[in-house]
Amino acid sequence: MLSIQGLKAEVDEKEILKGLDLTVGAGEVHAIMGPNGSGKSTLAHVLSGREGYAVTGGSVTFDDRDLLALEPEERACLGLFLAFQYPVELPGVNNTYFLKAALNAKRKYHGEDELDAVSFLRLMKEKLKVLHLDDSLLKRPVNVGFSGGEKKRNEIFQMALLEPKLAILDETDSGLDIDALRVVANGVNALRSPERSMLVVTHYQRLLDYIEPDYVHVLAKGRIIRSGGKELARELEDKGYGWIVDEAAA
Amino acid sequence: MSATPDDVLPGDTKTAAQTSTKAAQAEAEYGHLVKSEYEHGFVTAIESDTLPPGLDESVIAIISQRKGEPQWMLDWRLAAYRKWLDMPTPEWAAVHYPPIDYQTISYFSAPKKKELKSLDEVDPVLLETYEKLGIPIEEQKALAGVAVDAVFDSVSVATTFRDKLAEAGVIFCSISEAVQEYPELVRKYLGSVVPPTDNFYTGLNSAVFTDGTFVYVPKHTRCPMELSTYFRINEAKTGQFERTLIVADEGSYVSYLEGCTAPQRDENQLHAAVVELIALDNAEIKYSTVQNWYPGDEEGRGGIYNFVTKRGDCRGDNSKISWTQVETGSAITWKYPSCILRGDNSVGEFYSVAVTKGRQQADTGTKMIHLGKNTRSTIVSKGISAQHGIQSYRGLVRIAGKAEGARNHTQCDSLLIGDKCAANTFPYIEVKNPTAKMEHEATTSKISDDQLFYCRSRGLTEEDAVSMIVNGFCKEVFNELPMEFAVEAQKLLSISLEGAVG
Repeated sequence: MLSIQGLKAEVDEKEILKGLDLTVGAGEVHAIMGPNGSGKSTLAHVLSGREGYAVTGGSVTFDDRDLLALEPEERACLGLFLAFQYPVELPGVNNTYFLKAALNAKRKYHGEDELDAVSFLRLMKEKLKVLHLDDSLLKRPVNVGFSGGEKKRNEIFQMALLEPKLAILDETDSGLDIDALRVVANGVNALRSPERSMLVVTHYQRLLDYIEPDYVHVLAKGRIIRSGGKELARELEDKGYGWIVDEAAA
Repeated sequence: MSATPDDVLPGDTKTAAQTSTKAAQAEAEYGHLVKSEYEHGFVTAIESDTLPPGLDESVIAIISQRKGEPQWMLDWRLAAYRKWLDMPTPEWAAVHYPPIDYQTISYFSAPKKKELKSLDEVDPVLLETYEKLGIPIEEQKALAGVAVDAVFDSVSVATTFRDKLAEAGVIFCSISEAVQEYPELVRKYLGSVVPPTDNFYTGLNSAVFTDGTFVYVPKHTRCPMELSTYFRINEAKTGQFERTLIVADEGSYVSYLEGCTAPQRDENQLHAAVVELIALDNAEIKYSTVQNWYPGDEEGRGGIYNFVTKRGDCRGDNSKISWTQVETGSAITWKYPSCILRGDNSVGEFYSVAVTKGRQQADTGTKMIHLGKNTRSTIVSKGISAQHGIQSYRGLVRIAGKAEGARNHTQCDSLLIGDKCAANTFPYIEVKNPTAKMEHEATTSKISDDQLFYCRSRGLTEEDAVSMIVNGFCKEVFNELPMEFAVEAQKLLSISLEGAVG
């Protein structure tokens, strides 16, 4: 599904990722943890194709394609989805309209007919049901005036609709209270499937109580310095990152 | 010299053969431009009857004679012309262009075949032109339920839906026809909102206007359909001096749509129209414009100069006038659709989207003149600048001493795309009554990289993303447009901004 080898990337000529290796198989959920400034968000952005990041080495293949050669919209159409840490407001752009445009862009890319309004609404209702969400967010402009929890719920809803093969959740837990966290996590869990891989980027072990990962990786100073099962997350919660970082340096 | 219509010889005009040769030359010269870039840029090979360039009293007399006007109309024109000679061109707007030589403009151009009784008699080439523009008259009759008074160059060639309107008592015809058929109404209202001496361009227009639209909605009548006129400038070097007069009598309602496209040209074309609206007691006029005239090439060559005076007079109590405009075309726009809120409790609205890109310049806004008690006005202006576009919002809100309890809300937002464009805001506020409530909000923003990336990460191309964000920015204005116009406006906006990013 996703294979990252020796990935190096810089921002403003400062190297952030320093040779990162990671392989994610179909249907697997991987958690990327790490201290502030370790390069977690950079990884998420480089994978989704954000401008301002210069890849200076290594390779990323996604479904046997050279991911780094693709435009962000192509990556999205091929099934990569980034749930934003800070979802962006689009004033005046109706949420439903935005979702329909996004879904139809993807369908068009794959040579499928665009969904008409009626079929789209039907699909939307279906997805709302799966996630146990109400439709109050759909009539409003994208993310405008949304609370932190609403924004994250909206991201998860987009993910449900776009049915990605690989979802990257960038600090989805940040800024959420425990109830909102539970709602979001339940949404994510509802979307787990053997065809869908997930990369869960997080600071805290807390989210992993709700979204149980198959693998946990510790990212520090631009590299993955330790990988393990979900018990690694617990260990980190108890002992912090310091000991691993020190161990890796030693 | 003082000319009367009788002095005028028909031989003064070019023959049709000469003009059609000219049209063929133009076709050959600019044909390569026609196929791309400006979607509505094509030249119709239609024979026309054009006066040689130049302006003096005899030209005005010819125009008046061609239209078979009564003496009072000619006198009115000549009076306007004499005043115009001493008027200065306005130079306060933030637009720049070389001086216009008014003697190089031809002041009259009419498709040859006139006085058509039905669409069957309309030149098929002309009908084809409308079809290319996506406004097939035949289909519109059936589908849209919109009556079309199609202005092709200067003479109305086809008017539809007359019967249905006549049933309701609504008069919807060309202004020339109105001068003939309803002289008492025209004399009463023409120039009563925008006097010929208002400014340089209204003076010129009053002297030489060749056609336009007249609407009269009788008392307590709701006009049964949206009225629509499509303007199209088609003759090289022919200035367009349209005159629109809309009168809504007591307790009536009318919605009027104006849409414009023009073929591609390599010469600046002057358009100096005058629009006057009059709403009597409890009447409402809604005036919507989608303007897409040729903006010139990348260097700004050849675009239309749009120097228009539009003004509405809420003459009666509880009357309402609402302007909605979507301005994407023209090389230079100089336009301030305004409301005089004379009647007590009258309401004025101005909703505007203006796009400037390439080398386009626009100085546009509105005036809300509050004279009556408890008058209210709303201004929502959305300006979008891309590439080297320059745009200025210029708005005046004046509360007169007797306008007790007047209220205004102004919101003007500018959106910049790229770093070579500019947006200015010039609000003028004059309040002479202490009970007035005034609100003014202004913002300037850019499409952020975050917004673009967010959209692209959901599968949208950069162009679609820009189009979506810009349409969102303009939403409050589009909501004011009639449904089918709103769809057209959104499309137009997307087409206008193609290639504007990056």
